[in-house]
Amino acid sequence: MFQLSSTLLSPESIEILKNSFLPLLKGVLAYTIPLSLLSFFIGLVLAVTTAIFRISGIKVLSGIARVYVSIIRGTPLLVQLFIVFFGLGSLGIEFLKFDPFVGALIAFSLNTGAYASETIRASILSIDKGQWEASSSIGMSNFQSLRRVILPQATRVSIPPLSNSFIGLVKETSLASTILVSEMFRKAQEIVATTYEPLLVYTEAAVIYWVICFILSLVQDQIEIRLNRYVKT
Amino acid sequence: MLTMDHIYKQFGDLVVLKDISLNVEQGKVVVIIGPSGSGKTTLLRCLNVLEQPESGSVTIDQQTLNFTKKLTKKQIRDFRKQSGMVFQTYNLFPHLSVIQNVMEGPVTVQKVDKTKARDKAAELLTKVGLQEKMYEYPYKLSGGQQQRVGIARAMAIDPKVMLFDEPTSALDPELVGEVLRVMKGLANEGRTMVVVTHEMKFAREVADEVIFMDDGVIVERGAPSVLFEHPKEQRTRQFLNIINQ
Repeated sequence: MFQLSSTLLSPESIEILKNSFLPLLKGVLAYTIPLSLLSFFIGLVLAVTTAIFRISGIKVLSGIARVYVSIIRGTPLLVQLFIVFFGLGSLGIEFLKFDPFVGALIAFSLNTGAYASETIRASILSIDKGQWEASSSIGMSNFQSLRRVILPQATRVSIPPLSNSFIGLVKETSLASTILVSEMFRKAQEIVATTYEPLLVYTEAAVIYWVICFILSLVQDQIEIRLNRYVKT
Repeated sequence: MLTMDHIYKQFGDLVVLKDISLNVEQGKVVVIIGPSGSGKTTLLRCLNVLEQPESGSVTIDQQTLNFTKKLTKKQIRDFRKQSGMVFQTYNLFPHLSVIQNVMEGPVTVQKVDKTKARDKAAELLTKVGLQEKMYEYPYKLSGGQQQRVGIARAMAIDPKVMLFDEPTSALDPELVGEVLRVMKGLANEGRTMVVVTHEMKFAREVADEVIFMDDGVIVERGAPSVLFEHPKEQRTRQFLNIINQ
């Protein structure tokens, strides 16, 4: 134990930690965060659309939504990532040869969209039927009811589970290392290849992931406080 | 002004409205009473097309909706705008302030200018005695206050007729009076109103006509003095006996 902590905190180790910090941070800023934010945003658009398809009562649309959710939830994210990047790339069609970042963005967006659509569908269904009736009775169309009355309330309900999805997504972007996106974990692997210090460098990467997620949970708290302002506590 | 013509409504195998025909004149207040399950709430919801009857038609102010034909959503929406609905459980929009609740119909549906809509909403809220609560969220209000907002919201769309679905049934007894007072005020202004309620005193004082429903049919109708004092039908007598106990 003493030996372990003395190696971890030896001057050489601290030097390695210091030297790797900037490259790791660069991975975070250049890839991990943009990839997470962009795929979450696109995923949310897909999710809301899919959720609305599901509850539309139109068979073709709800069918499409069901198949999409079933395929994405029924297969591993890593496999989806490989199919989008290596699989489609091997077809020899220029349009489907994605840059690693774009490939990862497509796979993560599709993945988030499917999972989050279930969250959003449940949130919409959790809003009292009386809200639909009240908005219809003042003359709103279904779309207006959804936009003005139902979704604003469903948003409040969906924040905790969506935060879970987003935090999960930030960590899952480490899978993009397998298709050569230079996000933080890929950088960590490169540093380990030259320093031969896997424990040290991977732990440093883990701590950085934890700090990001911790900050996100603080952001979540603030959003919840803001959205709970119209609810009796 | 308002006519229901041979309305049939069923839920699955259960027929809730059996050939209902009804006529309400301009400026009159009609109160519908009856035991639970008699179809009175369904009747009212058909007027706002929150329920679609299987057949029959409804006319409000020369606009007719014939339920035997297939109706588009737009036809239903256009028809709905003629009546203002007040719900038993208020159904205010919790994420909007009181004044925003009242402005929502005019602004989102009727595309009224926001400043104009706000002035009008403030006026309506003053009328129902809530000028001091305009910028609160609904959860801060008592049930009676929330229901008065509900009334203001329904009136904001300038309906030809106001529909009340047991507006005081969810309220604590001491809050019933303030809502009934507002409704009485509207009646005195000459608004056409259809009210489903258990408040017999209100029916006696305000109604021009009382309708007693049971088992999906209109059993008896008449002026309150006649219907309450000299009911013709056995079923009406039984019902009045039970609630007068």
